[in-house]
Amino acid sequence: MATQHSRSAARMMMAPAVILLLGWMLVPLTMTLFFSFKKYLPLRGDSVANGLDWVGFENYVRFVGSSSFWPSIQATLVIVGGVLVITVVLGILLALLLDRPMWGQGIVRILVISPFFVMPTVSGLVWKNMFMDPINGLLAHLYKFFGAEPVQWLSQASLESIIMIVSWQWLPFATLILLTAIQSLDSEQLEAAEMDGAPVIKRFWHIILPHMSRAITVVILIQTIFLLSIFAEIFVTTAGAFGTKTLTYLIFQRVLESQNVGLGSAGGVYAIILANIVAIFLMRIVGKNLD
Amino acid sequence: MGQIVLNQVQKKFGDVEVIPPLDLTIEDGEFTVFVGPSGCGKSTLLRLIAGLEDVTAGSIQIDGKETSNLPPAKRGLAMVFQSYALYPHMTVRKNIAFPLRMAKLDQAEIDQRVANAAEVLNLTEYLDRRPGQLSGGQRQRVAIGRAIVREPAAFLFDEPLSNLDAALRVGMRLEISELHKRLATTMIYVTHDQVEAMTMADKIVVLNAGVIEQVGSPLELYRNPRNHFVAGFIGSPKMNFISGEAASDMNAHTIGIRPEHIEVSESAGEWTGVVGVSEHLGSDTFFHIHDTGLGDTLTVRADGEVGFKHGDKINLTPRTDMIHKFDDQGLRIGE
Ligand SMILES: Nc1ncnc2c1ncn2[C@@H]1O[C@H](COP(=O)(O)OP(=O)(O)O)[C@@H](O)[C@H]1O
Ligand SMILES: [Mg+2]
Repeated sequence: MATQHSRSAARMMMAPAVILLLGWMLVPLTMTLFFSFKKYLPLRGDSVANGLDWVGFENYVRFVGSSSFWPSIQATLVIVGGVLVITVVLGILLALLLDRPMWGQGIVRILVISPFFVMPTVSGLVWKNMFMDPINGLLAHLYKFFGAEPVQWLSQASLESIIMIVSWQWLPFATLILLTAIQSLDSEQLEAAEMDGAPVIKRFWHIILPHMSRAITVVILIQTIFLLSIFAEIFVTTAGAFGTKTLTYLIFQRVLESQNVGLGSAGGVYAIILANIVAIFLMRIVGKNLD
Repeated sequence: MGQIVLNQVQKKFGDVEVIPPLDLTIEDGEFTVFVGPSGCGKSTLLRLIAGLEDVTAGSIQIDGKETSNLPPAKRGLAMVFQSYALYPHMTVRKNIAFPLRMAKLDQAEIDQRVANAAEVLNLTEYLDRRPGQLSGGQRQRVAIGRAIVREPAAFLFDEPLSNLDAALRVGMRLEISELHKRLATTMIYVTHDQVEAMTMADKIVVLNAGVIEQVGSPLELYRNPRNHFVAGFIGSPKMNFISGEAASDMNAHTIGIRPEHIEVSESAGEWTGVVGVSEHLGSDTFFHIHDTGLGDTLTVRADGEVGFKHGDKINLTPRTDMIHKFDDQGLRIGE
């Protein structure tokens, strides 16, 4: 990789991929930016062919001015934060458990991973109808069995419910990455710590957890990127009601329900900005683990 | 204090008996080396003493106290691992301080002991580096530092030098010997390298397939190997073994003679052969001699200036007082 020749060859080889990726990103980004400065209401007869009116920052002002904007930011951050905490904490515990030799290990591992293969729409519907339904849901039956009043999950504890569903989906990912991290730990380090007089909890705290910090960072970064844009789980359960309207969902409503492309595009630009703020923030906190 | 007594200690992994019941006493302050070929159970034996493996049967006493059911941390031993097993996210200072923090010593005491250990091991400059920024020899010293700060009853080393290059290995060998002289603490040192065993040990324990073949000082093992295995394992280059007529003439199944106990001459000798490969070390030359009519190739050591060339005829005379005789069981005969 070091010679002039091999470096320019490498550049040539990578060029198609880089160009494709750039186009992939730049075309939608440019279109979003373009529309966000235009009045574009297809139902009122606006169309690209007839030319769109330039409205300056009006869409941006209106998007932020809407009473749904700040609650949607808050809902987004609560969901992302909640899911991250749950998946990382449970992921670490599950990974520790799966790392122990046990009977039926292969099957258990496949079971643990399987939620990841269920499509978001399907898992949203399964949770909504099978578990959380206040009359026929399994959870309702369980509550009744113990003589308690069933919870109306999706209306009374809507955010918590969404967090639960999404966590269930992402827990396998976290577990898998953290499990490989635990397995890469040199067992002699643990034995050395044991001889040094560190009991189980301290071995976890001083040896295993620092060893996993890099993997935890990766889990947090990747999940944040995907969680900021969750949509299907909300669409099929609460449809954005009961305080579960995230920024993504708000944009969807502006574009498709209100048929206001310009306003939605301005929201999209805010979403990009939010994602970048969160990313920079996270990189700052955990970035020192990624050297 | 650190006398270690193993009594009928046995270890099985499932059905495989890696260590058949074995007795061994290691005296306080002794430098004991477990030596044997790879896979003979040296590490397993060390880990049994450390408490990292449970004994299948038998007892281990440290300072007269039964310890075979105690966890490793309660045995008062410190171990240096082959991979060093340093904590990569901690600085050298924190690595060395770790056992002291776990023992909940106060900070002043910890600082004091870490500084002392760093001083002894020439690590003072590196205290704020991470293990990843150190060379192999320095990492080795950190691992030793982490062991000595605890002031253990005994040190356990599992092939600590096998990841170092030859020159460093010689240096570290001396350092560990020095350390033993200074601390006068019991040390158990595992190696497959008989040179390390010979140069460092007060007492060598030769292991073969989990069985103790012989226990003794380096020179005892060199002079009076109890059997064929020990004779072949101790000494470098290996002892020459001759069976057949030459052996039965001496009423033995096999006779052994070390390369350094054979005289070479151009004119006359008991045996004759043809020089094959010669290895010139400067101080010594090792000749590999073929066609002696004694079976295998013989290795002989001669003075560095002795000049035989490939294909030359050579005459050999073994020193009769240095011939070892073994019976058909491989056991030593006589004396
Ligand atoms: N945890 C284990 N499970 C099963 N067999 C083992 C285990 N540890 C070691 N052994 C076996 O015990 C024998 C001795 O191993 P070891 O003590 O590591 O040898 P050495 O250190 O002398 O090279 C080997 O045959 C090895 O395969
Ligand atoms: Mg070993």
